[in-house]
Amino acid sequence: MKYTFDNERPIYIQLVEMIRVDIVSGKYQKGDKLPSVRELALIMQVNPNTMQKALSELEQEKLIYTERTNGKYVTKDEKLIEKTKKELAQDKVNSYLNSMKSIGIDYTSAVNYLQELGGKDGIS
Amino acid sequence: MELVKCSNLCKSFDNKKILDNINLVIPRGKIIGLLGKNGMGKTTLLKLINDLLTPTNGEISINGEKPGINSKRIISYLPERTYLDKGMTISQILKFFEEFYEDFNKKKALKLLKDLDLDVNVKISKMSKGMQEKLQLILVMSRDAELYILDEPLGGVDPATRDYILDTILSNFNEKASVIISTHLISDIERILDEVIFIDKGKIVLTSSADELRTKEKASIDEIFRRKFKC
Repeated sequence: MKYTFDNERPIYIQLVEMIRVDIVSGKYQKGDKLPSVRELALIMQVNPNTMQKALSELEQEKLIYTERTNGKYVTKDEKLIEKTKKELAQDKVNSYLNSMKSIGIDYTSAVNYLQELGGKDGIS
Repeated sequence: MELVKCSNLCKSFDNKKILDNINLVIPRGKIIGLLGKNGMGKTTLLKLINDLLTPTNGEISINGEKPGINSKRIISYLPERTYLDKGMTISQILKFFEEFYEDFNKKKALKLLKDLDLDVNVKISKMSKGMQEKLQLILVMSRDAELYILDEPLGGVDPATRDYILDTILSNFNEKASVIISTHLISDIERILDEVIFIDKGKIVLTSSADELRTKEKASIDEIFRRKFKC
């Protein structure tokens, strides 16, 4: 998969967001060892220094941790991953409701539309 | 010690000031964009660092020494114009580089050439312009240098070649070395830059970390550059 970046926002913030999604979506499972900074930089086609900065940020959020000399790992804290997932879901819900509102659909109708048009798997 | 330091650096040709009081430090382990419109002094500055020109005033030091034999040993330079003998084949050029540069890593060059599916027995003159540019970049990036200076490496290449060039720069970049890339094609390259230097009319008008500048101005480097240097 090719990662695309928006040049108008700091690249490291976009990397944090992408890796966060990779963790909550299960691409990187709890306790998994992450590829090295260099490998990740190559995979996502960015400068290794920028990747380092993004990983430090994720480490501060405790989503990843460093095992001395051994590399970086995804947190084993399931609750934290769930909480992060919920925060991301909240953003998505907000943007769904806002875009429905912008075409004149209120909350109740938006929920109905979601059930009616969303399809069985949620994707029509 | 700084990798490169320019102090009060000036260069004039026939009393015309091309570079005016440049003060600049290039740290190690960074990819730095030297950004400016055409004719603003980018190539002149890079030639001074490469000891191809001498300063009219001021000083340059590389690893604490004046440019010379020692600095040439550690700087790998991709000039704006090709200097390869087009009558030579790729394997002849490889041999030439191996004899000329102690730090030339032929294994690395061969691996990169293999990825491109290039036949080493083909003459340079028989290759397309894009291929020639890729070959030159491979030669330059295959040296285990401390400083890579790439003068307009994206001039006139198609988007696929551009991606190839950026990938090659990234995958051969190591934390002990720095890369200076001069260009006016900013949007193509800004994603990989740590730091940016804006040069205009022979003066350094801005130096900043790329991400800090984006945060501060809430815009891309390309957009900030356009705003600042509107024609």
